[in-house]
Amino acid sequence: MTSGALRDVLIANIHQKMLVDNSIFFLSADFGSPALDKLREDCGDRFVNVGIAEQNLINVATGLALEGFKVFAYAIAPFLTMRAYEQIRTNISIMSQAKGVNINLIGVGAGLSYDVTGPTHHCLEDISIINTLPNIDILSPSDSILMPKILDYCLNHNNPKYLRLDGKTLPSIYNQPGELSITDGLYLLKEGRDALLIGTGYMTHKALRVANMLLAEGIDIAVMDSFLLKPMNVQKLKEAIDGYRYVITLEESFVGKAGLDGMISGMIRKENLPSRFLGLGFSDKYVFDVGDREYLHSVNGLSIESISNTIKDFLRGKSVCQS
Amino acid sequence: MELFDELREKAEWVWKETLMIHKVAPGIRLASSLSCIEILTVLYYGNILRFDPQNPYLEERDRLIISKAHGSVSLYPILADLGYFDKKYLSMVGLPGSILGDIPDCSIPGYETVNGSLGHGPGVACGMALGLKRKHRKEKVFVLLGDGELYEGSVWEAIMFAGHHRLDNLILIVDNNKICMLDYCTNILNLEPIDNKFKVFGWQGFIVDGHNIEDLHGLLLNVKNNSANVPTAIIANTIKGRGIPRLEQDPLCHIKALSHEEIDILLRKRVIN
Repeated sequence: MTSGALRDVLIANIHQKMLVDNSIFFLSADFGSPALDKLREDCGDRFVNVGIAEQNLINVATGLALEGFKVFAYAIAPFLTMRAYEQIRTNISIMSQAKGVNINLIGVGAGLSYDVTGPTHHCLEDISIINTLPNIDILSPSDSILMPKILDYCLNHNNPKYLRLDGKTLPSIYNQPGELSITDGLYLLKEGRDALLIGTGYMTHKALRVANMLLAEGIDIAVMDSFLLKPMNVQKLKEAIDGYRYVITLEESFVGKAGLDGMISGMIRKENLPSRFLGLGFSDKYVFDVGDREYLHSVNGLSIESISNTIKDFLRGKSVCQS
Repeated sequence: MELFDELREKAEWVWKETLMIHKVAPGIRLASSLSCIEILTVLYYGNILRFDPQNPYLEERDRLIISKAHGSVSLYPILADLGYFDKKYLSMVGLPGSILGDIPDCSIPGYETVNGSLGHGPGVACGMALGLKRKHRKEKVFVLLGDGELYEGSVWEAIMFAGHHRLDNLILIVDNNKICMLDYCTNILNLEPIDNKFKVFGWQGFIVDGHNIEDLHGLLLNVKNNSANVPTAIIANTIKGRGIPRLEQDPLCHIKALSHEEIDILLRKRVIN
């Protein structure tokens, strides 16, 4: 139950809960997964495929949540967040300030998960555009081992959430998630003295590889996984950043647009921390290149080598320009 | 028919109160709020809706989503009269410290949802209607939709959904006042025949004179109490700016405001129907 694609592990866990809890609904905008096939077979009265209709997905989810159901609304991430953005704003962000609604938006295809399907299926905007909406939590897990805890968080917090899930199966990077709390928001995966590199989702995996490459050159950077981006646990983050002269974020998002970079750098400014900051991600253009994910990263300046070199320049005090 | 006389009297009172609100709040969508007065009056005072002003979210209530929120300021006096909130707010619409703005939302007791943005009501109502069915509850979900909202694609996603899932606990009333902000709907994109469009999506459709209290009451009572195993659309033909000649004849009446003098003259002249 703890290995496999993030969505399958999450849905398998939701399925188990739905078998014993009639207050859970699962809506899909004609988007599937192997685990979903079992869920809809067993819980057909509380599974609805609304069709390729993301606007109605959000609106039906809202109506169900107003009737007291805990609702999961499942679709491909860019279409969930952007086709239905105004529905999310009006019926989830605005309304949840007046009424408690447990709506959990599950967007699959974070970043460049859907590498070869092109820019419509890439999702480099979602963190920043959902971040700009009040009242919605943002979860961006990197490891399916976190899913049971994330599901508990979803079921126990009566407010809207956006879950940004990778479309691919990712290897496990957590050894002992038992001690971890979702509300901490982040977890230190590797210690290091020279800098702190904060990743989210797929890019946490990449951050570990960057750290290994740099270690071979004698540069020892810590790697932290950020999985609850909003609300940010400022205290935990401050403790984590404390003592690091250099803090770097790495995300599959456009940089400089209030994604993970904006959240962390904003906190550093607001708390008046002395750390120098660098945000790494995609520059301000869509990716039309064709190839697998790592190829797309490499032609956009985000290969392991490029990132390592950029970080080295940053630590040497050189001015670093992402784009 | 005592009830119908009472309803006519109430509708007249709501009309006057709406004009009084317009004096305080010139920015309200007056013309659009006047076309649905009889519909709202029959729903609340005609024993159609089940509700409890002391407990606005009572589980046993019928749900009413005002999808055309802009054009529902005429519901303010009704909700105040029924005790959802203090009547003092009727003279404070849009003023600092009031709970009532030019466009209502669910921060106001009695309003279920946020509908300042159009075209959301039917989809949210579908979710509520489906939820009520899964809870094995008998309450109904009513929606008041402006005809202009039929231009929103999200409305048709919901109409398809309700038809397919045979949401017979959903009753959607189209306030068919035939005018959007800039023109008659027939000149923008023709919407007629509206009832047939619902029918081909698996709904039952009715056409009614949206200002005729008896007809509205009879139809609403009938569809509330007799399930046809499909959702119900009621096309209520109405007049935008009802009761105010200058507005009734103006395709731009949506954003027209009246002067205080005009309002005073109208309030003195107006007699019941």
